[in-house]
Amino acid sequence: MDIMNIIVCVLLFSGLFFLTGGAVGILRFPDFYSRLHPAGKLDTLGSLLAMTAFALFNLHHFSLGALLTSLKILLIVVFIFLASPTATHGIVDAGVRAGLAPWTKGEKRR
Amino acid sequence: MPRYLGSLMDSIFLYSSLYLAFLMVLSLIRAMIGPTVLDRMIGVNAIGSKTVVLLIMIGFLYHRMDMFVDIALAYAMLNFIAVLAASRYFQKRKGLYDEALYR
Repeated sequence: MDIMNIIVCVLLFSGLFFLTGGAVGILRFPDFYSRLHPAGKLDTLGSLLAMTAFALFNLHHFSLGALLTSLKILLIVVFIFLASPTATHGIVDAGVRAGLAPWTKGEKRR
Repeated sequence: MPRYLGSLMDSIFLYSSLYLAFLMVLSLIRAMIGPTVLDRMIGVNAIGSKTVVLLIMIGFLYHRMDMFVDIALAYAMLNFIAVLAASRYFQKRKGLYDEALYR
């Protein structure tokens, strides 16, 4: 196990840590609007860290095809960075337009 | 020893993908019990964004990275378009308050 694999493991496990935070936050937050906070941010950051780990690990045996595959993985990261906040904004816009009332302190958790 | 347990990195990817599947089950619970239809959409969106990472890891397990990265890119685009279309559809008041599985 060389230094590259250690970097890949650290990036992958930190990405899995953030994805865990996102999943727990989606389960435990009290409201629809507050649930969008872990769904929008933590999934994006966890995907970024894990995908960076995969792009680094893919360059282990270097060739032109492996470089192209790593560039495609980084293209997926760029697309997720554009698309995931946009999808989250679309969902919260649907909630606002439908007139869904936000949760306030003291109410029952929904 | 099975082929996919050959090296240490392969087994790290295998158990990471199993853990990611467990996280997808957690998001699926929110998609089941979510009181409004928009909560279910949050759960489905979270499952989709985890599926992209899982597809890349499956590509490493099968040593076919060049094929699975295209599948993951197409799945990311498809998930994004599906969530946007569903959120445009459900912005009417229909199904926002009376959909709880457990009351």
